[in-house]
This record gives sequence, C-alpha cells and structure tokens, in this order.
Amino acid sequence: MSDTTPAKKGQDFEHVLDKSDRSVASFETSQRNIIERLQSALHGNPTLVPVIVLAAAVAVFGLVAGGKFFSAFNLTLIMQQVSIIGILAAAQSLIILTAGIDLSVAAIMVLMAVIAGNLAVYNGVPAPIALIVAFVGGTVAGLINGFLVTKVKLPPFISTLGTWSIFFALNLWLSGAQSIRSQDIDANAPLLKFFGQTIEMGGARITYGSILMVLVFAVLWYMLNKTAWGRHVYAVGDDKEAAELAGIRTDRTLLSVYALSGFVCAIAAWASIGRVGSISPQAFYEGNLQSITAVVIGGISLFGGRGSILGALFGALIVGVFQSGLRLAGVDVLWQVFAIGWLIIIAVAIDQWIRKASA
Amino acid sequence: MTQSNTTPILSAHGLTKRYGRVTALDTCDFELYPGEILAVIGDNGAGKSSLIKALSGAVKPDAGTIKLDGQEIHFRSPLEAQDAGIATVYQTLALSPALSIVDNMFLGREIRKPGFAGKFLRALDHGAMRDFAREKLSELGLMTIQNIDQQVETLSGGQRQGVAVARAAAFGSKVIILDEPTAALGVKESRRVLELIQDVRSRGIPIILISHNMPHVFEVADRIHIHRLGRRLCVIDPKQYTMSDAVAFMTGAKEPPAEAAAA
Repeated sequence: MSDTTPAKKGQDFEHVLDKSDRSVASFETSQRNIIERLQSALHGNPTLVPVIVLAAAVAVFGLVAGGKFFSAFNLTLIMQQVSIIGILAAAQSLIILTAGIDLSVAAIMVLMAVIAGNLAVYNGVPAPIALIVAFVGGTVAGLINGFLVTKVKLPPFISTLGTWSIFFALNLWLSGAQSIRSQDIDANAPLLKFFGQTIEMGGARITYGSILMVLVFAVLWYMLNKTAWGRHVYAVGDDKEAAELAGIRTDRTLLSVYALSGFVCAIAAWASIGRVGSISPQAFYEGNLQSITAVVIGGISLFGGRGSILGALFGALIVGVFQSGLRLAGVDVLWQVFAIGWLIIIAVAIDQWIRKASA
Repeated sequence: MTQSNTTPILSAHGLTKRYGRVTALDTCDFELYPGEILAVIGDNGAGKSSLIKALSGAVKPDAGTIKLDGQEIHFRSPLEAQDAGIATVYQTLALSPALSIVDNMFLGREIRKPGFAGKFLRALDHGAMRDFAREKLSELGLMTIQNIDQQVETLSGGQRQGVAVARAAAFGSKVIILDEPTAALGVKESRRVLELIQDVRSRGIPIILISHNMPHVFEVADRIHIHRLGRRLCVIDPKQYTMSDAVAFMTGAKEPPAEAAAA
C-alpha cells in the first residue's frame, strides 16, 4: 500500500482508505503494567515458572530447615531421590508435548528391569546383552503405544491405560511376583547396578543415576530444540492437522516419539536397579502419575506443543525439594502429599493463564 | 481471451469423487494457464473444496486425470503435491501457532548445518533459515513483521496470511492455491492480501483463488471458473460479465452463455 498509489485502485468503497490512518501495524514496545509484562514473558518462556518456584522453594526450605536442608548431602540426596521419576518424566514430556499422555511409562520401566534381571541373574545371559534386550523391549513397548495411537487411532489416554495393565500383568507373570534380591544381582550381574555407584566429594554423594538423569535431559533438549525432528514434535503437538498440511508426516513423528519414550523408560529401568538395589515387580506403581506430576509442575502444557523438556527436570526437582524440605521441617508425610496436590493445581492454572496471553 | 495456443500448466479431466452417496465431483474439468489468476467460485456444496483437495493431493479422486506441465500426476499426500510444486494456502493456514515465523516457514523442509554438526548431530542452521525467511518476507513487502522469531500466534490475521503465502511462494512453487484468503480479514488487511496476490502473480507464479467475495474475485482474477453441482459450469472473463451475472450462473438462476460453457 505505497503512498504513490493512484486513487483509482481497489473498489469504490475502499477509496476512503486513502484518508485513513497510514501507520503500519506495529508492536507496542511499552506494555501497560507489570502483570501483563510478566504474562507475556512467561508466554514466551514457560519454563520460567518452575525455575522461579524451585528457587523460591529452596530459599524457603533453606530458611525453615536451616543448614540441614542446604547440606551437600541433602541436596545430592534430593537429586538421587528424583533421578528415576526424573528420567520417566523426560519420557513423559515427549508424549505430552505431542498433546498425548502416557500412563504406561513406569510399567514399561519395571517390565524392562524384570526382563533384564531375569535374563542376567537367572538365565546366565551376559549382562550387556540382557540390557540390550531391555532397550529393544522398551522401544518396542513404546512402538506398541504409538501404533495404537496412530494406526488404531485410539486416544493416547486409552491406549496407555490399556498397555499399563498389560505390561504390569506381563511383569508379574515373568517375575512370578518375586523380587530379585540385591545379593543375587551383585553375584551374577553387577553391571545392572552400575548407576547405583556414587562419586563422593565432601558430604556430597552424587550417584551415576543422578548424572544419567541430567544427561538424558540434555540430549533430549538438544533433539527437541536443535533438530528438525524437534520442531516437528512441537508442531504436531500444537496442531496436528496444520502440521500434516504443512507437509510433516505426523504419524511417523508420533511413532518416533513413542518409540523414543519407550527407550528412555528402558534407560530408567537400568538406573532404577542401581537406585533400588533389587528388582521388584511391585516397585514404582505410582511412577506413571508421579512422572505426569513432574511434567505438569514443570510448565509443559497438557494441550501439547508448549513448554521445554527442562521444565520436567525442574518439576521433578520441585517435588523432591518439597518432600525433603517438609520432612526436614518435621511435617507429616500426609502434608507432603497435600502440598504436591496444590502444586499440580496451581501449575495447571498458571498454564491456562499463560496460554490466554496471545500478546 | 483465447488461451488455446498455450498449454495449461495444471489441468484436470473427468475428475470424480464420491463420499458414500454424495457425488462431490462429477466428471469435472479444470485448466490453469501460466501466469494467470484463476478464480474458482461456486455455491456452498458445489464441490470447490473437493476440486482443490484433489489438485493439492489432500484427497484421491475416484476417477479422472490430473496433469502438471503436461505430465500425468497421482498425489498420495499434500507433501507429494508440494514437492511437485503445488503449494496450497489453506483457509486454516496450516501454521503452528506456538512456533516462530521462521520455524513455520521451514516446517517440513528445514535446513541443516553443513558438515559434522548437520550430518551426524542433525543440527539446524537457524541463521541460514532466518536469513532466507527474512529475504522472502521482504520480497513480498511483509517486513512490518519486525521480529522473525516471533511466535505466529502473536501476529494479526493479515500477517499470518502473509506468512502462509510467503511460505507457499518461497519454495520454487509452480502453482499456488489460495483457499478463501480474505474470508477472515478486515477491509485493510484484505487489501494487503490482494496486493500480495498480485505481487506473487507478477513473479510469474499462477494462482488459483477460491473465494466467496465477488468484488475481490472480479478485481484480481483473469478468468473465473464457475463451479456448479460438482462440475465446471463455465469459465467467464470478468471484464465481459458482471458480478450479478456470475452469481446468477453459480446459483442456476441464469443459463451460462453458450460460448463460455464448458465442453
């Protein structure tokens, strides 16, 4: 719409446009108030919320519980305690970013731990091969979920609700509902407990499992933010139809997400053997929901396409910090659970509020 | 307006598409010539969308042939049509609101970094994509969008349309299909989009414009394909007919002129 355009252009009713405001749509540089500015900052960077909450929680519990909370021992203990749920939350984040949900992550993890343990401890299979079987198994389990979602076209909630039960039953059948004892693992396949080893520095006890968790998040962050695959995952979660029309093979993207998520669950399985010491088919029964909790508190939108996977790491840490801080402050366990409940509700309420801000 | 001496760049013959008992396309013909803006108009349910979907690979016709540059083509997905050079700007725009302008422009055809980082780590070359996107947007006079990393949902309707058109025009397209590009826009924004359409045509890219807005159609179109009851009723020259003629043909209130009626 250049200014030199002769008046004889467009239609009659549009000629008055020549006299209209000529300024081009521009973006306001100064926002009206702090709340709006905050909202738009959070909109651009939703991971800020869990970071702020984590910092605040650490500060508050540091004040309340004092030196006990801030000791290197306690801080590394928190890392240790959240490592398994943290890795599961990474797997869960992938699914939730595609606007799905995976109720079977912990079931896949426990099943793979049982498979690796059975093979290596009771059947004399070399530990590395048992682990490879578990990794392949985790990927296949993820692919089954992905197949149900993309080909059978079931909602992710239903697909994974079903596979949760199926994987749990398989795991009870394979294990005979019996745990594999710690000393049997030590005797036959110490490699399975690799991630239980620790690096001690002063009072800090950093387990290999904690380091693994951070590595898993780092790699997934790179994949999601620096590769085309990552952009496609976000696009599919944001608006699947639009992504399809834009030329993304959405079903293929979804399948790869579910397969990768299953693979990450198998990584969690290996780490869990080190963390727990033994392999129990009954362990982590609440892991599915705990992983969703971490993701949601981490500011990843359940509607898909929004949030950073690092948020899930912070979400897991927030849960760990709350539990540790409340325990050190001498608060009953039931109030820890109570607090986590509030965290979930507030986190999702904030997510809704942020999503409103299209400005 | 005889264009029988040039060959159509995109043509269809005898296209038929049925959904259950409904015949959406009934042995429909279609021609698009190089460098023109062809408007497709028709009443609701006339089969415009089915025609466009067949041309853009979104549905597979039950019968009939489609030719691009004289070559017969069979698209199985919109992606194949895009690769062949038929870019469609859907009414819904097919943009991902939470992704940035650059990410949206390159969705599905990202540029990777050269060397090790791109080949093995599959790292994206954000710099190159940003430069390319900026260049394409400025070519179409869309640089009122200052920040190319802005999320698409923070843009106005007209700006979003601009991004979608720029995406369609950017990747060596032979044909651009625009589905109701001005339907959701205000007077001023519609004007910008109409100028954008003429800009794209002046680059030599032919355009198929689907619209219900008669003034817009009569302003920019070189020829108007009138669709009725699943087939092409006639093709008229907007300079020889009025808008009320077109509406009369389209609704069946008036018989089309013999010389314009499709064979």
